[in-house]
This record gives sequence, structure tokens and C-alpha cells, in this order.
Amino acid sequence: MLRLIVRRLLFIVPTLLLVSIVIFLLVEVVPGDPGRVKLGPYASAEQVAQVDHQLGFDRPLAQRYVRWLGSFLTLHWGDSWNLGVPVFSLTMQRLWSSAQLAALALVIIIPLSILLGVVAALRRDGIADRIITVTSLSLTVIPEFVSGVVLIVLFAVTIKIFPVSAVAPAGSGPFTRIYHLILPAIPLMFVELGYIARMARAGMIEALDTAYVRTATLKGLPRRRIVVTHALRNALAPTVAVIGTQIGWLVGGLVVVETLFNYPGIGKLMADSATLKDVPVLEATVLVVAAIYMLSNLAADVIVALLNPRVRFGR
Amino acid sequence: MSDARESRLTIGSDAPVLSIDDLRVTFVRRDLDLPVVRGVSLEIGAGETYGLVGESGCGKTTLAMALMRYLPANGRIDGGSIALDGEDMLAVSRERLREIRGTKMAMVYQDPATALNPALRVGAQIAEVYRFHGGLSKADALERARAALERVAMPDPAATLRRYPFQLSGGQQQRVVIAMALAGDPRLLVLDEPTTGLDATVEAEVLDLIAELRERIDASILLISHNLGLVARMCKRVGVMYAGRIVEDGPARDLLTDPRHPYTMGLLRCVPRFGMRKDQAGLVPIPGFLPRLGSGLEGCVFSPRCELATDDCRESEPELDHWSDAERARRARCYHSDQVSGMRAAAAERAPGAAATSAGGALEISNLGKIFRDGRRRIVAVNDVSLAVAPGEILGLVGESGSGKTTLAGCVTGLLKPDDGSIRFAGQELPRSVAQRGSERLRAIQMVFQNPDSTLNPAWSAGAILGRAVNRLGGLRGAARRARVEDLARRVRVEPQHLEAKPGELSGGQKQRIAIARAFAGSPTLVICDEPASALDVSVQASILNLLAELQASGGISYIFISHDLAVVRYLSDRIAVMYLAELMEIGGAEAVFTPPQHPYTEALMSAIPTIDFAHPRRRIPLRGAVPSLSAPPSGCRFHTRCHRMLGAVCIEQEPPWQDVGEGHAYRCHIPADELCDLQVAAAAGDPE
Amino acid sequence: MTFDELAAQAAPPSERVLRRRYVVRRLLRSPTFLVGAGIVLFWIFMALFSTHVTRFGPLDIDPYHTLKALSRLHWFGTDENGRDVLARTLAGARSVLVVAPLAAVFCLFFGGTIGLISGYYKGYTDEIIMRFVDVLLSLPVIVAAIVVVSAFSSHTQGSPGAQAAVVILVIGILFTPPVARTIRAAVVSEREKEYVQAARLRGERAPFIMVAEILPNILAPIIVEGTVRLGYAVFTAATLSFLGFGVQAPSPDWGLTISLDRTVIQVAWWTVLFPALALASLVVGANLLADGVRKVLSE
Repeated sequence: MLRLIVRRLLFIVPTLLLVSIVIFLLVEVVPGDPGRVKLGPYASAEQVAQVDHQLGFDRPLAQRYVRWLGSFLTLHWGDSWNLGVPVFSLTMQRLWSSAQLAALALVIIIPLSILLGVVAALRRDGIADRIITVTSLSLTVIPEFVSGVVLIVLFAVTIKIFPVSAVAPAGSGPFTRIYHLILPAIPLMFVELGYIARMARAGMIEALDTAYVRTATLKGLPRRRIVVTHALRNALAPTVAVIGTQIGWLVGGLVVVETLFNYPGIGKLMADSATLKDVPVLEATVLVVAAIYMLSNLAADVIVALLNPRVRFGR
Repeated sequence: MSDARESRLTIGSDAPVLSIDDLRVTFVRRDLDLPVVRGVSLEIGAGETYGLVGESGCGKTTLAMALMRYLPANGRIDGGSIALDGEDMLAVSRERLREIRGTKMAMVYQDPATALNPALRVGAQIAEVYRFHGGLSKADALERARAALERVAMPDPAATLRRYPFQLSGGQQQRVVIAMALAGDPRLLVLDEPTTGLDATVEAEVLDLIAELRERIDASILLISHNLGLVARMCKRVGVMYAGRIVEDGPARDLLTDPRHPYTMGLLRCVPRFGMRKDQAGLVPIPGFLPRLGSGLEGCVFSPRCELATDDCRESEPELDHWSDAERARRARCYHSDQVSGMRAAAAERAPGAAATSAGGALEISNLGKIFRDGRRRIVAVNDVSLAVAPGEILGLVGESGSGKTTLAGCVTGLLKPDDGSIRFAGQELPRSVAQRGSERLRAIQMVFQNPDSTLNPAWSAGAILGRAVNRLGGLRGAARRARVEDLARRVRVEPQHLEAKPGELSGGQKQRIAIARAFAGSPTLVICDEPASALDVSVQASILNLLAELQASGGISYIFISHDLAVVRYLSDRIAVMYLAELMEIGGAEAVFTPPQHPYTEALMSAIPTIDFAHPRRRIPLRGAVPSLSAPPSGCRFHTRCHRMLGAVCIEQEPPWQDVGEGHAYRCHIPADELCDLQVAAAAGDPE
Repeated sequence: MTFDELAAQAAPPSERVLRRRYVVRRLLRSPTFLVGAGIVLFWIFMALFSTHVTRFGPLDIDPYHTLKALSRLHWFGTDENGRDVLARTLAGARSVLVVAPLAAVFCLFFGGTIGLISGYYKGYTDEIIMRFVDVLLSLPVIVAAIVVVSAFSSHTQGSPGAQAAVVILVIGILFTPPVARTIRAAVVSEREKEYVQAARLRGERAPFIMVAEILPNILAPIIVEGTVRLGYAVFTAATLSFLGFGVQAPSPDWGLTISLDRTVIQVAWWTVLFPALALASLVVGANLLADGVRKVLSE
């Protein structure tokens, strides 16, 4: 078990290194001269050269990468070109805001979608199943900004139940803050709903079709016991794995939702820094997201392993 | 209707435990109604063991599922009745059905590995029955579960309770399933192919357990199997099913020694009995195919495949009691029951015998080794095997799963690269990989695979498959190629129009014929047959075995014939090699290997074959313990952990020497030949049965 | 006739023909597939011919009638430049319907090729390819797309064609790993089958085995994967437009329109609602179609 975690962690390190190289190339090399990018098209050649020298952009590529990685690992992330504030504290602060929004969405949608998926599996091919399947599939594939816009039009513009702004006025209590986050969280939930529910349904159907569920049924066990103890336990493993990968989708969704609702999270920070060519911020946010993504996948794998006695007993 | 009347007549006054009357079950597949069980009636008395025999698709498993009231969503019971202890099973409420399952009837399944929940401890799974049927507390239920494991002779039952299914061997898993089925003291125990897929020695172990339990429990047993020998050994009464109907039933022994339905006779004639040789008697296949479900079946369903069929048979179907003998409690659904015994004479058609030319070795394998790596584990799949195959000889390769026989074959073909040793073919060293062998050797060494459903590319027509093989292996093009394809098809008896068909449109037997033709496309000199008939129904098996024997005899070709079926191997082979845990244990002439002195493992394997030979029942030698893991094989003699003739420390500490018996027969054991021979002859003579 | 001749007798009618007919019949009877295909066909038609159907052009500016509510003349109202929202909505599918299918074809081709190669050659080739795939999968698609598109934006500025090409390539590349994984899994299970061994045993070369032996037998997962990726590609392309990394103004593209007009959402909700509903209908349609195909082919 421990070996599994260590092995996976050891695997994450080279992957993150490769990702960092790719990001470094994409952000600092592909767009052209970084000094030019920072100062814009109207600066003189001397000014550009001076900035390049200041920031070390005139050194050889490999040296630049090593220096950049070194300062990144020692948490010297520099200042934002656009906002002028330290990148590290900016990123962490925005990450915290995003985490609140994501947590709200996940806390509601994970249990709900698993429940819907299981209900659909138990009522396989019945009306409940069809409604759940078609609705969740449709909601899942609609981009977050589309459902977000529809929600705003319906519940913030036409019927004014929810505020248009995702940010509560300064000094509000926790309930007000959650209240402001509900509307932005719903599009995130929609997208997650389909994936998780579909996986839960498929896992459950597969489990219900197994020979061991047949054994349990023909032993004359009560339906509840069959569903909960025999089927559900085995059905949840693929669902948990999917939830791990969904954290990544969720980050993509955060970029969109935060932009739409003007919410100061890491997603909006990333999108803005990409638009405004704020190189240090873009690099930091992307690497942080990649790390979170891989760690959440690892966490999912560990939980899946814990559900499987074969892995627990080291075979 | 009359079936029911008849059965009342044959059974005594005791009320039957199970009584099925005119049961009909239909499946819907792709919008078509497929009648799978078409009016089956049978009764099983208290404490009786009833065997239901038939090939795949005859409806026997569906019948079992219908009586457990556990049909898939696309299956429905169309008519008839099922009564268990007088209670109408088709009318019971859901709640009552739940009570009945587990307490009044219980089931043991084909594959114990999947029948147990992988995520629950064995103890919890057995205890459930006591908790939910007996209302016991968790602790009490676990205690009862321990006792249940004791009852099925599980070693160390207390520890087993805490194990997960994957930590048990196949035989132990099946013991757990049986313990679970018996936990509720059922009136009826349904065993659905309880040993299919298990190794021969494990199968024997499970059958011994069932036979022994049969005496101790008062449940009636319904045993379902495709294996006549197994049913004969276990059951008092037998019913033979064909295409959704019972065609014949009666006391096991009487029915099998004097079959009265041509299908029963066909089944008996198409499997080699143990001891039968190809040069003494031929196998007689049942021609044709199982009728397609749902197609209009007129007359006797078996008539298209029956050599006795007359116009009567094709016009109307006989009743099950058309022929009956109340005294012997026999019935048969046939107009020509009296002629069935006469079919036997027609069966004496002899398969041509092949004489092995002894000069030189076609194939010489020396010190061959193959290691697989799975993460950090090293699995030695073949260890230091040396053997030779003479030109024109059939070498049978026998062993349980994991013995390394298929890996050995893979090394010979070059599909697997051996790690050690050498293979010489026609006097020359063979390159290890198939990619380096060159067209001449590719042509010469070919293979027939096990699974007819995957051996042919489903996207290609049969003709294209043969054409490509003729082109690559025979170097023919254009008209010559076409002629050669047609010639091959003729030799394997596939009609020319079937060359247009894709594998999905061919029957299993036809697919295997095409696969055989493909192997013979370039006139090979060595063909490896890896269980070529095991995946086929017995009635088709025979024709494939006959075809292989005929092709071999006509061209002086050598075979390496791999099979787990000792009777088949003995029937076909000139010499036999026995493998156990990656090592060669014994090799010798086909008859020599099966007579003393023989390796104790061979002796045990041989004793494990269920037989229909009532005159000469064999003494069973139970093998102890489970097959050890290949990644940590036992020291000394690899067989010592299970050997019934173990001498002592020498077997554990020292690798056994080869004992030469003469005439190319040798085995690997610490017991010298004459001593072993005496032991084994004495054991056979002292046989109590 | 001898028994063996009898044994070689005909098997009844063609299973294959029955199956093909069955697939077509089931597709035509699957409401999911029919509704999905109907919606997608509608938008393809509109992308091609909407200007022949609507009264106004999607780019016609009318400074005197900006932000007008729904009326007889402008069924869906007008936007802040006085452009007809109906005309823009119906024409808005064009960019997405160019980008998404091309991206889907791209990822199907490359993902299929990579999956075929890495599934067929086990060992190092497979190991290296799959590690690379893992790296590509280690970033959320939208995040990766943003980084790449913005990296190239200084080179593609002022050229809508180049911009679109970058978006197609980015989506295509980012969708290649999941396609490769699916196809690889199909190939891995196929290559173990005995017909592949038989081909090796008659000395066939690897490319022949991959293309002639294995490929025809994994068409079903390839078709399913293609339809599924098409749906995702629409999703991603639209989202990139919304974030400002896709097509540029004054295109009537839905994502772009929503992004630009959301500033007036409180006063003129119709400028964003109708493009949003249109986009929703297209993605749902594409996915219903994919789901219908998947269900029928997996039976």
C-alpha cells in the first residue's frame, strides 16, 4: 500500500518536470522576446534589451530554465508584471477562493450524482433511469458559460433570487458568502453530474450483473443487503477513479465560471494572465494546477486501492 | 401432458421434492423469440441425485435458472409448472421466493472464482445465510460458518473465515460455495457444471466431496453437466437434453450401457473412452449442427443429424414415452429405439493408423527454459525441458493449467522467445523468434489454436484467410492459389460456397476446419495443436480429431498435441510427455505412460478421469494441497508437496533423477522403476471396488 | 453422404448481413440517435444557408436600433450594434462546425495511429508513448489550450485562418491522448487473439498485421470515439471562443457573442440567451447522436 503511494509519487516528479519544461517553452520561448512581450510593441529596442538583461532573458535557454525552476522550487515566484504584487501570495489567495467555490460544488454533487447513478442502475431501462440518464448527459455536455448565462438570465435578471455577483460584500457572514457562490457553483455541478452519475450507473449495473450478486440473490438475501453490501462496494471503485480525474475538468470549469461571474479565483487569474501575457503569474498558476491535478488523481488511486482487498493484502 | 402422466407412473408414491411439468422458457434476442426450453418435465424424489446432460445451448442451464426463478430480463417462462415440495414456484410472492432461495433450494455454480464476492471475507459470505435466514447474530452466524466449512473438509476453517476469495485455490473456493449452499439445509441442491474449468485433479477433489456429502445430507441433487462420465459417476438417474427437450431418461447405469435414443448413442460414440486408441477404433462424430433456435422445428429435432431418421421422424415428433420400459424406469423420445443398439456396429469404422518413421529427430528440444517477468516476480514457465519428436510422430503433451505446456509450444513456434536452451529442427538450430525464421521454416512449422472464435480474423472471409496463407506459406498466386485453396477446403471438408463466408457465419467446427486448413496451407512437417477441440461441443470434437488424425497419417507429419484430456491424448498420440509446474515429469510411449511403472503424478492424473466404464471403476488417488506457485516452486522434486508416494526428506532436498524404463520411457522420481512398478501393481490389485 | 460430409453442411443464413441490417434498423429506431442527428443536421444546414433564410445579415449594423427587445421585425431582438440576434444566432454555428469536426478528425487519426502502434508493440515503444500521453493528460484541457493558444497568439494576430488552425491543432493534439488510450486498449485485447498469432506465424510484417488484420476489427470503438470526441470538440472550441482565445469579432460565433454581450446581460438578456440556447442544443444534439451510436454498436 505504502509502496504504491511512494511509487506513484516518484512517478509524479518526472511528469511535473516534463510539464514544467513544456510550460517554460510555451510561455517564455514560443511567443518571442519576453522583454518585447512585457513592454509591448511601442517600446524601443534598447528598452527591450535592458529589460531582457534585467530579467535574465538574454542568457542561454538551458540556464534560464534551470534558474527559473530553481527559484520556483524555492518559492521565489517573482512579481506579477501586470499587478505588481508577489506572485506566490497572489496565487495562494486566489487558490483559496477557488477552493471554496469548488468545494461547494463537489460537496453537493458527489453524493447527489452517485445517488442518481445508483437509482438509475436499480431502475435500469425504466422511466427514472431514462430521465436521469438523458438529463445528466445533456447537462454534462453543455459548456459552463452557457448554463451560467442561462442561469443568470433566469435567476438573477428575470426572477431576482440570486445576486449576479459571485463576491459577497466585504464583511458578510459565511451564509451570505455561500449564497453568493450558489449560482456560479451550479454550472460546475452540471458538468460533473453527468460524468459521476454515468460512471456510478455503469459500475452499479456491472456489479449487479456479476456472478457474485447472482450468488447473493440466490442465497435469498434481502434486496437491501445485496445492493449495499455486495454490489455498491464493488461498483464504487471506478466512480472514485473518475472523481479523481474530474478534479481536472473542474479546474477547466473554474476558468470559465470565474470569468463569467467575475470571481477572483485561480482560474480567472490564469485566463487573465494568459490574455495579458503576465508571464510569472501564468507559469505559477499552470504549474500549481498541474500539481493539484496529479495529486488528486493519486488520492483517487489510493482510495480505489483501499477498496480492493487484493491490493491491500499486497498481491 | 402425457409426459406428466408417464412420470407419475415411474416414480414411487413418495411426493417428489422437485416436479417440473411441461416447462417452456423463451428468450428474446434481437427482436426474435427463441424458445430455449421447450416443454421439459422431470421429477426428483427425496434424497435422489438426478443428472441432466447435454451440449451447450441445449437449455440445461436455462432450466436451472428458471427453477430458481432467476431469468435475465429478456427471458420469460411461457408455460408449464415448477413445484418445489409441492409449492407452486411460479405463483410464490417475492418475499416467499426470497425465503425459499437459500433454505429450500440452493445452487453451486460453474466458476467459483466469480461466484464469490471479491471484496468480502469468506466468513461473512457464508455467515450471511445464517444471519438473514436463521436470524442469528453476527458472532453466532460466524461460528456456524466455521462449522459449515468444517463440514466441507476445509483445512483450517477458522483461518479461512478471515480470508478473501482470491486468497483461496480453485478447489477451496468451490468448497466455500458448496458450504454456503448447504448452510440453509436446502431440500434441493442444484449443481450447474460444478467442476467445468477446474483442473482434473481439482475436479476430482470437488467430485469426491460432493459424492461424500451426498450420503450425509438429505437434500435432493440436480447435477447439470456436459460430461457423461461425470454424471454417470455421480447420479442415480439421468436425463439427456437436446435442443430444449429431454430426449431420454432413466437410471444412469442402464441408460449409458443401453442407450435408446440415437443422440445419447451419438454422445457415447464421439468421445474416446480412456484406453481407446486411434488404430483400434474410430470416433464417430454426430453430423450437422444444433438446430437454430426459433427456426421452425418440425418432426423430431434430432432427425436432421440422425442416421436412423425416416420420413416419420421428419413429419412428427415422438413423445418422450414413445419408447418406455416401466420396469427399468426408462423412456426415450424416438420412433426407432430398437435400432439404437445396432448403431454400435456401424461405429467400428477405423481411423487410419499412422506409422512413425523412427529415423532421426524432426524436432529436438534441449534444456529449454522460458521466464516471464511480472514486475519484480520471475515466473519460470518452462524449466530445463528436453524432448524430441520423430518425423511422422504424434507427441501428446499433458499437464494441468500452469504446467507450461502452452509456453513450450509457443517457444517451438517462435511466438515466444525462449530464454535458455536450444531447439533444433530437421537437424538445424531454429532461430528463437518467428521473425528470424525465414519462409521455409515458417511453412514447415505451423499451429492449430484452441479457440475457434478467435482463431480466424472476423473481418476476412474464409477464402481470403486461406488464400493469404497459401500465398505466404506456399508462394502461390492467381489461379494456382485459387486451386490450392479449393483443394485445402476439400481436404478439410468445407464446402466451396463457405469460402465466401466470414467466420461469424460459420459454426465452431467449420471455423476450426478452416484454421486447420490454414495450418496445412504450405504442407508443414510439424504442426502444433494446442487443445484444438477442447472449446468445441463433444459431438463436433470427434470430427475435428478424426480430421487431424487423417491429415497426419496422409503426409507423415509430426504433431505436438496439447490437451488436458487424457483420454483424447491417449487415443491420438504415439508418445506422451507429462508436465508439472514447468518441468517434464515423464515421457514415453502412449501405452507405457499409462501402465506401471508411471510417475506418481501421472498415476494421480489418470485416476482423476470420471469414467463411464462401469465394469472397471478406477481407484481415485486424491492429491493433497493446492498447486504451488510458479514464482516459488517447491525444492527438490517439484511434486513432493502433493505426492502420495513421497519417500521423505530425499524428495524435499534433492532433485529426482530420470529413471529409465526402456523403449524411450522415462520418468523423474526418486523411486526406482521396479520398486514403483510393484507398488502400483499392488495398489491396483488391492483396490476394494 | 458420409458423416463427415454431412458435418460440413451449410450453416443457416448470414449472421453478418442480419447484424448489419439490425444495426441500421436499431439506429433508425433509436430516439436518442434520431433527435441528435436531427439537431446536428439542422445546424449544419443553417451554417451553410442561414443567410438565405433570415431577413438580416449577421453582420448588418443598424446604429438606430441597438439593444431592441423582441419584436415582429427582430424576433430575437437586436444587440448593441443593432445587429439582428436571430440572424447572428442562426449563423453562429459556422466557426464551431469548422473547428470541431476538423479537430475530431485530427485527434482520431493521430490518436488512432498512436494507439495502434503502442498497443501492438508492447514493451519500450508502448512505455515511452504512454508516458508522453500521461504528460499531455496531466493538464486540464482548457488550461492547456489557453496556454498554447496564447503562446502562439502573437504570431497569428491579424490572421483569422492561422488563429483557427492553431485552435484546431490544439484541440486535436489535446484530444489525441484519450483517443490513443481507448484505441490502445482495443488493440491490446485484439492482438492477443489467435488470428494475430496465426498471422505472425506465417511471417506477416507488423504494418500488415496492424492495418489489415487488427484495424478492421476495432472499427466500432473508433467510430464511437470519433462521435464522442466531436461532442467534446464543440464544447472546447466554444469555451475557447468565450474566453477570447478563439475566433475574433465581428464573427457571430456563439461563444464570442456571449463573452462580449454579457456586459449588457442586465438590460438586454436576449443578446446572450439565444446564442446560449443554440449552443446548448448543438452540443446536446452531438452528444445524443454519439450516445445513440455507442449504444447500438456496443450491443
